[in-house]
Amino acid sequence: MTDSKKLMRSYLIGFVLSLGLTLIAFVLTTIQSDFQGKAYPDLPLAVALVTLAITQLIVQLLFFFHLGHEAKPRLNLASFLFMLMVVGIVAFGSLWIMYHLNYNMMPHEVETYIQQEENIELDSSNDHEHHH
Amino acid sequence: MSHAEAALRHQAEFAKTTLGFWVYLMTDCVLFACLFATYAVLRGGTAGGPTGAQLFDLNFILIETLLLLASSLTTGIALVGLAAKQTKLIWASLGLTFLLGAGFLGMELYEFGVLLAEGHGPQASAFLTAYFTLVGTHGFHIAVGLLWLLVLVYFLYKRGVTSSFEKRLTMFALFWHFLDIIWIFIFTLVYLMGALS
Amino acid sequence: MLGMLGFDDLPHDPIMLGGALSIVGGGLAVIILITFLKKWTWLYREWLTSLDPKKIGVMYIIVALVMLLRGLGDAVMLRAHQALASGEAQGFLSSDHFQQVFTAHGTIMIFFVAMGLMFGLINLVLPLQLGARDVAFPFLNSVSFWLFFMGMALINVSLVVGEFAAAGWLSYPPLSGIEYSPGVGVDYWIWALQISGVGSLLSGINFIVTILKMRAPGMKLMDMPIFAWSVFGAMLLVIFAFPILTATLGMLSLDRLLGMHFFTSDMGGNPMMYINLIWAWGHPEVYILILPAFGIFSEIVATFARKKLFGYTSMVAAIMAIAFFSYVVWLHHFFTMGAGANVNAFFGITTMIIAIPTGVKVFNWLFTMYRGRVKFTSPMYWFLGFIVTFTIGGMTGMLHAVPAIDFQMHNSLFLVAHFHNMIIGGVVFGFMAGLTYWFPKIFGFTLHEGLGKAAAWCWIIGFVGAFGPLYILGIMGATRRLDHYDASLGWQGLFIVAGIGLMIMMLGAGLQALQLLVSIIQRKKNRDTTGDPWNGRTLEWSVPSPAPSYNFAITPVIRGRDAFWDMKHDKNYPKNKFEPFHLPKNSPFGLLIAFASFLMCFALIWHIWWLLIVGTLALLALLIVRFADEDTEILITKEVVAREQKGVV
Repeated sequence: MTDSKKLMRSYLIGFVLSLGLTLIAFVLTTIQSDFQGKAYPDLPLAVALVTLAITQLIVQLLFFFHLGHEAKPRLNLASFLFMLMVVGIVAFGSLWIMYHLNYNMMPHEVETYIQQEENIELDSSNDHEHHH
Repeated sequence: MSHAEAALRHQAEFAKTTLGFWVYLMTDCVLFACLFATYAVLRGGTAGGPTGAQLFDLNFILIETLLLLASSLTTGIALVGLAAKQTKLIWASLGLTFLLGAGFLGMELYEFGVLLAEGHGPQASAFLTAYFTLVGTHGFHIAVGLLWLLVLVYFLYKRGVTSSFEKRLTMFALFWHFLDIIWIFIFTLVYLMGALS
Repeated sequence: MLGMLGFDDLPHDPIMLGGALSIVGGGLAVIILITFLKKWTWLYREWLTSLDPKKIGVMYIIVALVMLLRGLGDAVMLRAHQALASGEAQGFLSSDHFQQVFTAHGTIMIFFVAMGLMFGLINLVLPLQLGARDVAFPFLNSVSFWLFFMGMALINVSLVVGEFAAAGWLSYPPLSGIEYSPGVGVDYWIWALQISGVGSLLSGINFIVTILKMRAPGMKLMDMPIFAWSVFGAMLLVIFAFPILTATLGMLSLDRLLGMHFFTSDMGGNPMMYINLIWAWGHPEVYILILPAFGIFSEIVATFARKKLFGYTSMVAAIMAIAFFSYVVWLHHFFTMGAGANVNAFFGITTMIIAIPTGVKVFNWLFTMYRGRVKFTSPMYWFLGFIVTFTIGGMTGMLHAVPAIDFQMHNSLFLVAHFHNMIIGGVVFGFMAGLTYWFPKIFGFTLHEGLGKAAAWCWIIGFVGAFGPLYILGIMGATRRLDHYDASLGWQGLFIVAGIGLMIMMLGAGLQALQLLVSIIQRKKNRDTTGDPWNGRTLEWSVPSPAPSYNFAITPVIRGRDAFWDMKHDKNYPKNKFEPFHLPKNSPFGLLIAFASFLMCFALIWHIWWLLIVGTLALLALLIVRFADEDTEILITKEVVAREQKGVV
């Protein structure tokens, strides 16, 4: 197979896989039945959506960016992994930090946290709590 | 300088530029990561206004996503045309890429316009601020990409397929694929997860 | 027509007016001098449009040293005001002016002095050390410098038209939001930093690709000089930290310009997120500054101890460890903001861990000196000043790393003394040593040693005098950024001592200016005829002084580390044949692109919308015209080189 035919195949496979992963994600979301007004979606579905996204990322890295196929030294791959590490640290670090800061320092949000985390329901009269 | 030496020089030049551009894309990833993190922190800050679930139209977003994904494919096909030395294929695929990309951007601008008209602009709450900025920054990158594409195509018309064109088309393709990857995370984390909340 | 800009925005109090006049006067004086000497064409051709990194490096350093004068001037005003403002006396600065002065002081020193000196030295030295003729992207290098220059220009324009930010060098919201800082000051701050930040980011990309792709053939990464490794570590930090700054400043500007709610106290905004993000950039930033200073000292100690650097591999590992860890400590800048014990403990521990690789480096320098035949030149004086002050400063850092202690010390003068200890004792001393060390390579003659040593002494003693009292004041309870204090506290004496210390440091700076003048006058006597005035070990000393624009007429053969030392001691060291090579042509587009950006930023600050559109269109047009140019290089043949350097080809 010539180089250009191989290249074409790479893009077509990448496209079809990405298309499939995208459609699955959208379908899963739209058939999901009503939510109970929580701030975050059901854990299994959230995990599924993120997994689909990461899978599509890998598909596109392999088939559109050809990331696995560079000659040594694999500088593109190395800088990509380094970026992932930094993004992981900064993004997840920030989320961890901000969660704790909000919990401790944002008074009107504390009620929301207590309700969510400790499963305590604060009712409107505010003079007693129900434990579950 | 002999022909072989010139070819070697072009190859070294190409490798250098590719690495440099790739490193730039990695820095752009960090920029988007900050916007994603900020969105995650501020998404609850609706100030009594609407949430994502109340505002997002998933069918609309699905069409946008498919347009962008298709344009990523057509960009790849342009590189195939380059490798196979088929200039007509390059023209056709770049033309399609532009139309698909412009379609995406047009739809996004329409979506923003509707939100603004309804009073759900970026000034209305922290959630909307973060949403408009994250999605808008991506859209701004798309707009720059489309402009880049026009300039590329102009020089293709004027000068044909030069080694400079090859280099720049490859960099454009990297940029365009990168934008599709960022979009994967936008439609997953912002639209799909938002619609579920 | 001019947006919000009006005559009211010119300075109206005597001190501000004085500042404005010195900027305008200084600028005019330079322009008149150049016109009088008829040097405009020379300046344009040889410097402003040059893509030679050595020329770009010199320009960075000149801008940085000029800004050092402004930063020191701010320091003098702060010290003088604080020495006076006890009890009944109110000092001579209004509160608002005082706040602008300490904001400008920090901003200028970090972004324009330290970053400028750093990028300047890297431009001068890195390609030479790698056996390369230029950086990976010479035109981008020019763009980076001119963006830096335009950032500097914006800060200086703020002194003449409008005002500067008064919210501290990091401008925390909500104070820096549009509600509490409605003037243009914070906008000047934002856009000066955005524009020079983009320049820094592009330089980061440039130097990384240079190190990875432009080394002379045969030079493996582990054969590179340690300075090159320290640059690599620092640039890894630049490329992944500066986008955070760009994003965060962008968000603040959206809040201010378009009324958005990232960091407002209402409508769901969260000012704490700004502090989190800005320090996620801010901590790597200080390591960006210190790592090249460490690299410089590694070169200097090895050269003047006349012994190869002890523990090269562990030095490299220490650099990479420091680079990695600097990404996981940033919360220590806001222990007191309220994240709680678990989060604080994690970041406290990571902060303490950074001391370990730093300690490895200190011991390696000491072991290099041990059993060496140390020559105490002025660069070594800077090193000795550094090793003592920086180590002590590091220890005060370890105190801060303990969250419980930091709750007492945060935002006190103890903190101020600590970070000045690190920046002056570490970064400034390192860059002064580097400037002295590499000066002959760029200009062809050495600097006056005696004056250099005297200057180093003044800086070291002055530093102790200026910041020792601040450590004590911090423990006594003095907070930072105070423009007045009760006489009963008994602090005034210490503030006066600190002021005297600053005067001694200024004497040191004055001696350095004198050193430059005297050295220029005596340059024929101190000419570097061999290119190797210090008996160096690395490749930059293998070319003549001043270095030719193309660095190496013939690409050097590399057989391992300390290639030049190898060359000097092996009579049969192989030499390549001459091959013609390409150099980039000069280009005015770096300057023009940066100027268009300047116009855009000025327009955004003053809400002059037509200027914004004009600037943006100009920028686009310039980019397209530059990219259309296919003829950007010139071929250097044997004849050209033979004309410049006899006997080399």
